Amino acid sequence: MSEQQQSLADLQHIKKMMERSSRFISLSGLSGVAAGTCALVGAAIAYPYVYGRKDIFINADTGYQLAMAGSYRVIMYSWLFWIAAFTFSAAVISAFIFTYIKSKKENIPLWGTTAKRLLINVAIPLIVGGLFLVKLIQSNDIGLIAPASLIFYGLALVNASKYSLNELRYLGYGQLILAIINLKFVGYGFYFWAIGFGVLHIVYGTIMWLKYDRHNNG
Amino acid sequence: MINPIENLNKLFDSRIRLGIMSALMVNADVSFNGLKELLDITDGNLASHLKTLEENTIIKVQKGFIGRKTNTTYLVTKAGEKAFKAHLEALEKMIRSTK
Repeated sequence: MSEQQQSLADLQHIKKMMERSSRFISLSGLSGVAAGTCALVGAAIAYPYVYGRKDIFINADTGYQLAMAGSYRVIMYSWLFWIAAFTFSAAVISAFIFTYIKSKKENIPLWGTTAKRLLINVAIPLIVGGLFLVKLIQSNDIGLIAPASLIFYGLALVNASKYSLNELRYLGYGQLILAIINLKFVGYGFYFWAIGFGVLHIVYGTIMWLKYDRHNNG
Repeated sequence: MINPIENLNKLFDSRIRLGIMSALMVNADVSFNGLKELLDITDGNLASHLKTLEENTIIKVQKGFIGRKTNTTYLVTKAGEKAFKAHLEALEKMIRSTK
């Protein structure tokens, strides 16, 4: 290798080390696609419950009682809560699986300071957002649930992009834009939710996979 | 003719040392285990490179405790930062010169 090529290789190595030591970059594009698909499937299952064809409560009596009392426990009796919980779990698990596979292929340890830091910084807006959503549900402000969740998630992504892949920022912007538009069309939250958590993730995941992972077959 | 390799610092003529310096340039400090995980090398290998860099005042060590467990972290020194930046400049010059 000529001196020149060696210098170039050294500089690239340095840049890669700098990046790797400060950001968690093992996220796989396929994780986005998987999460988005789970969201769309969840949305399809939830559709009849949202638009009133099926009873929203698992046990109608207890459900209405709790709703009248303004108790947060009403959530546990709603089908939507469980559909959402399963969809979320499925999305997280499937996203984790693809990222795990990618990090194994690239031989980068999955857990470490960078992963921990990313998780903490993502957890903060999500947990706070979750608490806010509970209050919204309790106050029966259903129309704001979709835009609120898109906003908190979008902000979490914008924040995450500092500790992980830069491109997450744009996924975050997408959620925020959808949320703002949703605020103008409050009754259609369900569709915005499906676009934000479903379609956008699939698009983002595909672009990222094509950009970074394809050559790895990861 | 100016010797293109004269400004390259021999101390940094190793992938592992380049990795150590890179990590220390972008983080306030990094622990021994953090470096080990980043570079994927053995304890002994890492320790020997760190020792040489420390002896040449490129980096400094901070030994502390987390509760009862020992925690050793490394930082780059002002001199080390200057030396590494000079090395990076020399690398870039190398690439641009003989185009």
